[in-house]
Amino acid sequence: MTSEALIQLTRVGKTYQAGEVAVPALVGVDLTIAGGEMVAIMGPSGSGKSTLMNILGCLDRPTSGSYRFEGREVSALDRAELAALRLGAFGFVFQGFQLIPRTSALDNVALPLVYAGVPAQQRQARARAALARVGLQGREGHTPAQLSGGQQQRVAIARALVNGPRVILADEPTGALDSRASMGVLALLQSLRETAVTIVVVTHDAEIAAYTERRLVVRDGRMLEDRRQMPRGAAADLAALPEQAA
Amino acid sequence: MRALPLSPPRALSWLAAILPLAFGALRRNRLRSLLTSLGVIIGVGALIVTVASGQGSSAVLDEQLATLGTNLLVVLPGSSTLGGARGGPGSGRPLTYADLLAIRKGANAARYAAPVDRTVTQVVLDNQNWLTTIQGSTPDFFAIRQWSLARGRFYNDSESDSGAKVCVLGQTVAQQLFGAGEPLGQVVRVKSMPCEVVGVLAAKGQSSQGQDQDDLVVMPWVTFKSRMLSQDRIHVGSILVSARSPDEVSHAQTQVTGILRQQHRLSDAALDDFTVRNLADLAETQEKAADTQTSMLRNVAAVSLLVGGIGIMNIMLVSVTERTREIGIRLAIGASESQVMIQFLVEAVVLSATGGLIGIALGIGGALAIASVMGWPFVLGPFWICAAFGVSMAIGVIFGFYPARKAALMSPIDALRFE
Repeated sequence: MTSEALIQLTRVGKTYQAGEVAVPALVGVDLTIAGGEMVAIMGPSGSGKSTLMNILGCLDRPTSGSYRFEGREVSALDRAELAALRLGAFGFVFQGFQLIPRTSALDNVALPLVYAGVPAQQRQARARAALARVGLQGREGHTPAQLSGGQQQRVAIARALVNGPRVILADEPTGALDSRASMGVLALLQSLRETAVTIVVVTHDAEIAAYTERRLVVRDGRMLEDRRQMPRGAAADLAALPEQAA
Repeated sequence: MRALPLSPPRALSWLAAILPLAFGALRRNRLRSLLTSLGVIIGVGALIVTVASGQGSSAVLDEQLATLGTNLLVVLPGSSTLGGARGGPGSGRPLTYADLLAIRKGANAARYAAPVDRTVTQVVLDNQNWLTTIQGSTPDFFAIRQWSLARGRFYNDSESDSGAKVCVLGQTVAQQLFGAGEPLGQVVRVKSMPCEVVGVLAAKGQSSQGQDQDDLVVMPWVTFKSRMLSQDRIHVGSILVSARSPDEVSHAQTQVTGILRQQHRLSDAALDDFTVRNLADLAETQEKAADTQTSMLRNVAAVSLLVGGIGIMNIMLVSVTERTREIGIRLAIGASESQVMIQFLVEAVVLSATGGLIGIALGIGGALAIASVMGWPFVLGPFWICAAFGVSMAIGVIFGFYPARKAALMSPIDALRFE
């Protein structure tokens, strides 16, 4: 029972209907991810890696195959049940940050708690704690426009963390960031592993994938490669970066 | 993993969090929100004005009907049918003094009955003169019409029966002829008959049709018939009857009708050759007239509310499209369909209800202005304010439903990709 996989995909397929033509995005993907792993899903654009992430994150449903999350079949859940699962079990980090504009960092982070019906005072306290966890104490009142890209992505990570999820799904989390900010975000994600949260990073960049302990390669909707590796340490690499001119 | 819906206290805390969001979204687009609410503002404003004007004018109507004299019945000659073929009042058999005596004797639900004849003529004092209505009646007339005196006295029964040359002036006539002078004991000439002023009536003001009720002279019926009309004392123009109490008005009406049918020797099959009207009939006629006036405004209100609702739907659809990404974010982080739907419904309701509040304020302002111009009292029950507010909220729910549903049914993936 202890070896029960957190995520188990069995021959998962996804086909989009583009008019008359059926376009397969995923074909017979088998994948097992255990709790606490840090995994990279790699592949060029159009490979199906985003589709895979959407299915993993319960944003989308597979058209064939089975997806068991914590032993529970979720491929046939309805929209409301999927929403509840996203709310409680998943945290998302997107390439474009996807923060709500003109809304303070604190309110952005507290948003999942609003939907979970957490009382206002607890909401505030937990959102503050999450912001502190990503190193943004003192920036609670800033709106996204008043924050740098790296800071915005930290707010997004805090929002992903605030509900105590089992899995954080990061879709090109460093795609819009310079190398220094990218390294900071990777170091932060690596540091989250001490909380036993599972992290799935979707990227096209092999350098980013090197900071994870397992590398999956997707091409043309199929799983090409599944390899374990020694992850690089992002914190050490960050320290080694030359100081930037302010 | 527990599925939604949330338990009631959680749902409440969630609603408390969602409400400032709605206000914030509307405040960011202040001008747009205001323009969108305009239809609701005008509609609710017109609704308030309609209701307040209706209530104000009917309050005036009630008051003025009361000044006509409570429990009043008016007996007119002629058929009760208003068809042109029947000729209308006056064309048929006239009423007689004998009819009056029979009513006095036989109708025990009636307290007073008085004959009334009238003509319009010049009243002259020295070099002053004034064209006015002269009414001839018995002293009961003052009791029936609930006239009171400003000064002097009414003429008494013996003056009335003997045809004494005395008269009582309405306020307007007294003002016109005497100004600030003393009318009591003075002699005015009415149709070349000298006539002593014994009393001046207290003012009643305008009637609901805008007539000056104080523009009259009242003299004994006998005097009036012989000197003003040079007629016998057999026929009576109309008869005023007052019932003993408001409850007895319809009883008195039945009695008077029965007595007159007997007097006129009508067979059971024959139609009445006279009309007995009570004030309820009169009030109904006048209220109908007032109704037609307000129905225009009511239509304006209905159309404005419809247009306002469509405007809200339109702007909510725009807002949903503009905020597609935001909706995608909310859905992705776990908002349920119903939560997104309620968020946008709340926004639509806040928009329409804010318009409703402004409309209520403007409507009250407008109604106050109309009331002061028309000389009405300002009447507006809290029920109608609540109803107007409720209507504006309902418009938000009805017209916000489709856009909110559209937002809730978005696919989070597509919404997140929306540029």
